[in-house]
Amino acid sequence: MNTVNIKINGMPLSVPAGSTILQAAKSAGIDIPTLCYLKDLNEIGACRMCVVEVKGARSLVASCVYPVNEGMEVFTNTPKVIESRKMTLEMLLSVHNKSCLTCKRSGTCELQALCQELGVEDSTSYEGAMPDSLYDDSTYHLVRDNSKCILCRRCVAACANQHVAVIGPNSRGFDTHIGCMFEQPLANVACVSCGQCIVACPTGALTEKDQCADVLAALNDPTKYVVVQTAPSIRATLGECFGMPVGTNVEGKMVAALRRLGFQKVFDTDFGADLTIMEEANEFIERVQNGGTLPMITSCSPGWVKFCEYYFPELLPNVSSCKSPQQMTGAMIKTWFAEKEGLDPKDIVVVSVMPCTAKKFEIHRDDMDAAGEEIPDTDIVLTTRELGRLIKLCRIDFASLPDEKFDPAMGESTGAAVIFGSTGGVMEAALRTAADTLEGRSVDHIEYEEVRGGAGFKEAVYKIAGMDVKVAVVSGLNNANELLTRVKNGEGGYHFIEIMCCPGGCVNGGGQPIQPSSVRNFTDLRAARAQALYTQDQNMPLRKSHENPLIKKAYDEFLGKPGSHKAHEILHTTYVARSRY
Amino acid sequence: MQKRISNLPFSGTPEQEQKLNAIIARHKGEKGAIMPCLQEAQEVYGYLPVEVQTMIAKGLEVPLEEVFGVSTFYSQFSLTPKGKYNISVCLGTACYVKGAAGVLDAISKSLGIQPEECTQDGMFSLTACRCVGACGLAPVMTVNDEVYGRLVPEDVEGILEKYKNGNA
Repeated sequence: MNTVNIKINGMPLSVPAGSTILQAAKSAGIDIPTLCYLKDLNEIGACRMCVVEVKGARSLVASCVYPVNEGMEVFTNTPKVIESRKMTLEMLLSVHNKSCLTCKRSGTCELQALCQELGVEDSTSYEGAMPDSLYDDSTYHLVRDNSKCILCRRCVAACANQHVAVIGPNSRGFDTHIGCMFEQPLANVACVSCGQCIVACPTGALTEKDQCADVLAALNDPTKYVVVQTAPSIRATLGECFGMPVGTNVEGKMVAALRRLGFQKVFDTDFGADLTIMEEANEFIERVQNGGTLPMITSCSPGWVKFCEYYFPELLPNVSSCKSPQQMTGAMIKTWFAEKEGLDPKDIVVVSVMPCTAKKFEIHRDDMDAAGEEIPDTDIVLTTRELGRLIKLCRIDFASLPDEKFDPAMGESTGAAVIFGSTGGVMEAALRTAADTLEGRSVDHIEYEEVRGGAGFKEAVYKIAGMDVKVAVVSGLNNANELLTRVKNGEGGYHFIEIMCCPGGCVNGGGQPIQPSSVRNFTDLRAARAQALYTQDQNMPLRKSHENPLIKKAYDEFLGKPGSHKAHEILHTTYVARSRY
Repeated sequence: MQKRISNLPFSGTPEQEQKLNAIIARHKGEKGAIMPCLQEAQEVYGYLPVEVQTMIAKGLEVPLEEVFGVSTFYSQFSLTPKGKYNISVCLGTACYVKGAAGVLDAISKSLGIQPEECTQDGMFSLTACRCVGACGLAPVMTVNDEVYGRLVPEDVEGILEKYKNGNA
């Protein structure tokens, strides 16, 4: 590797050629502050927080985009640098809604942290006119409050990176604001609800639509039987809300906390994931054997499903008709579980904890009411962040909780279900079951390494029962767009495709804990979180969905067999083509 | 000031659409194709309503929000149609101190439209402009190519009447 020799604050340093000053400084233990910069996503050098002095340069330079060169001398902490950064912050504050005490991002706000770290003492230095600001809560999943927007464009870049690009800068100068085409509310444009904009936002301008109060109300309603289910990836991320290292598996404490919040049953969406695999593997085999539409594409990710409805409606027949694990679990709670317990499904409130903001949209879709009209499969969706807040609100000391187990009625699951939270996980789980079914035996080789890992686009060919099965796994909608364009043109020859909406899969979902750019730019969050899931899979006694005794019981007692008429009524759904304009 | 967006029904003709499609075809694949497309589309339609911008976005295969962002960034682009008579009131320094704001208010009140809007019947549109170079006549307004100077708000009604009656 080519290196160049530079000096930072007088300290000699050898760094890879092509590094930016920001990266070089980081390797020397110097953390240059940033606001607009997000690695690989938003590298526009616009906010001027990361300015440094370079010997011989005419003015301060933006270190996030400025490459190092041989003999360069950089100064990161001179009075000139610090004054400039402070002034930048003071000017941002001059048009900022400074309601920090009541802001949801207080404590995790990057603007707030920088003001503290740089010692900004006067938030009124440049006080004057305030621009009119947009407040948009038109969708099910998020709230945009532009009075807290600093115009860093991180959300715009995140949206474009999803090939959605429905938000952008409108107007100019003092009136510049982030909005949608023709100033339409977000609900009127082709937003897929993925929430990647929220986790990119450094301030409180973008937040999930908080439903903690709805959950508290249900928990305190004596006429309601309130049940909770948690998605595979929550156990790998919830700990971050309580300051634990990225990638800590907190399944036991999470269950304990939910029980202490007052949920009557704490269920695992992993049960629904195993069920999804049963139905999806069966659907795949049927399509292969009966000349059905191929490639079949997974349907667990509601952001992806909505994207398909907007951008590739002609490929909707390729999408599996299976409901997502959340909706399968909800549907089984309100039918099978209700029947067994003698409960009226109308009295059951199903709360789900999801890594995902699109799940808040998904529960309102048509054909998501297995127990009868007006009885939604899932009633309320909380993101990981909201659950973190709810636990704090109820003053539960998370770190000191014992490890507890899910309630057995829908708490048993397999390693196959756990890895659903990462890109490649659904494919691997489906292959484990499809291979056993088609081969008619228990196949020993169950680790499908080729579909693992953080790459956005993976493909592999597996020989199953004499047939070459060609699979593709993509995450992030830009990758999905690329793949589907090929499928649409009849290329690829794929049989089975897994698509997850968020880059890296659910572990990097729009509902996950927000890590500041100072962490996100230098840590592989997705890999660390996914590792927690793969480790759990490896340590589980059962690692194939069809070996889950609870799944066998559900089919024996209630559903019949995979793909049965009853299974279709309860576990499958339909899609609609949507217009983008 | 943020741009006003027209809520008048779109009345594009097939001929205009044909012209627009030719414009898009000419610029497709170019770097920065949005700007020339918007410029030429405005020459065809007089303004850039959502219908026109959607055609451009679809044709160039770019996000509609990006097209809209460009159209609201540059002051030359209008999102509201021009009327048969476009009234431009100068709010440059000289006109302003001589009371142009009162003239603008009087027109706005009489026609029932705000600056950057067009009347429902398509007769009048109103814009506030910067210096037209006739400061000696301040406050000044123009109706299409006709210049009116040394105005007071009371003059407005008579001038508008002339155009309404077709005696201009």
